[in-house]
Amino acid sequence: MKDFLTRQMSGFSATYRRELAAYFATPMAYVFLAVFLLALGLFTWEAGRFFDTGVADLQPFFAWHPWLYMIFLPALAMRLWADERASGTDELLLSLPIGIPGLVLGKLLAAWTVAAAGLVLTAPMWVSVNFLGDPDNTAIALTYFVSLLMAGAYLSIGAAVSSLTGSQVAAFVISVVIAFVFTAAGWPLVLSTVQSLFGTGFADLVARFSFITQFEGAQRGVLELRAVAYFLGFTATFVYLNCLWASRQRLG
Amino acid sequence: MLEVRALEKSYGAKQAVRGVSFTVEKGTVLGFLGPNGAGKSTTMRMIAGVLEPDAGDALIDGKSILSDRRAAQAALGYLPEGAPLYEDMTPPEFLRFLAEARALPRSQRAGAVDRSIADARISTVCHQRIGDLSKGYRRRVGLAGAILHDPPVLVLDEPTDGLDPNQKRAVRALIARMAPTKAIVISTHTLTEVPAMCHRAVLIDRGRIIADDTPAGLARRSEDGSLEGAFSRLTDQVEDETL
Repeated sequence: MKDFLTRQMSGFSATYRRELAAYFATPMAYVFLAVFLLALGLFTWEAGRFFDTGVADLQPFFAWHPWLYMIFLPALAMRLWADERASGTDELLLSLPIGIPGLVLGKLLAAWTVAAAGLVLTAPMWVSVNFLGDPDNTAIALTYFVSLLMAGAYLSIGAAVSSLTGSQVAAFVISVVIAFVFTAAGWPLVLSTVQSLFGTGFADLVARFSFITQFEGAQRGVLELRAVAYFLGFTATFVYLNCLWASRQRLG
Repeated sequence: MLEVRALEKSYGAKQAVRGVSFTVEKGTVLGFLGPNGAGKSTTMRMIAGVLEPDAGDALIDGKSILSDRRAAQAALGYLPEGAPLYEDMTPPEFLRFLAEARALPRSQRAGAVDRSIADARISTVCHQRIGDLSKGYRRRVGLAGAILHDPPVLVLDEPTDGLDPNQKRAVRALIARMAPTKAIVISTHTLTEVPAMCHRAVLIDRGRIIADDTPAGLARRSEDGSLEGAFSRLTDQVEDETL
């Protein structure tokens, strides 16, 4: 068993380090971080009315996470496999004595690290609310944690779709569409439509698979095991698909 | 040593490789010749474990590329067609990545990287991004990657394609230096370099081996005694048969 795992995961750390370096060797990571933080700030202050709530918490900030992840994280993940295919380096990778799962996880974790860096850089906002009032810091830390798990789920969609195509643009568009379905399923506008068409039971089922619904509890500072399991399970499912789609390359 | 056993591969209805077999012993450089689309690259991809064959097998240093893929790949150095590389890395970064991915013992990595940089003569471009290098240097960086782990078997897909005469000579010299201790397969369609570089020539056309001989022996099969003559005569012959 241990041997099996070691074999499957061989190449993980080499891949992780290469991918992480690749993000920072080009303007990619910097542009992503800058625009992501700008958008997050803009939405929190302008659309979320951060100061008007009169409460010292980060609710208006976290509420935008699913929507911004939906657009930004597929952009971060789109190059992971499509770029290899486009430049022919996938052939080099497949000729190495390493396991596909190690490659898949190495790449995903590199993108996840960049996303985590984005979250860390929002710390000034957390510091600000502590100046403004007396927020529940444990609750905020917990929301950050679940938000990071949710980011992994979004990235796993982008990475898996990227392994299906040699075009980064196609990977991005398809990933955003899939991410939108899983995000918007919990949107009141969509839910009320589903409810009027298919009844309450079905609407509940749809809502249960939505990132927004799963993230709701965490936003209030409640740690729901169900949500943690959902995001981890979702990521694992797409990692599995990613492995399947990446090894399909060998069939020609 | 390398043993290729009845490899077959189809893409949809098109049979790209139809039962290719050959053996290369240590100390032999085998030239893998054939027209474009004959199945050279497909065969080499299957040997490298990049492409799964529909039938047949390849044994690299005695290990099957099907049942013991990782051990076989560890014994193989492979230069894919066009030498694809990570353009955002410098040559030493790229080689260190390969050393780590190939799980060379930590203590040997730096030595292996230095040795392959010296062997491939790329020390002067070590500080440049691979994306900024000329075609000749990129090809040599690819070669450095293939020989990094000092494998007993080398499969090089068009290692001299697109190089100027000086660069070609340098690559040929590198291959000649390594030849005594390795089994090497080189694909090329520059026939003039075959007698200088290869001990044996295998001619493939439409997925089948149509000749397996020494370069001199192959040349004797033509009317004018040249390799080009033999190449066009043998590949035309196949074309006539199918008409």
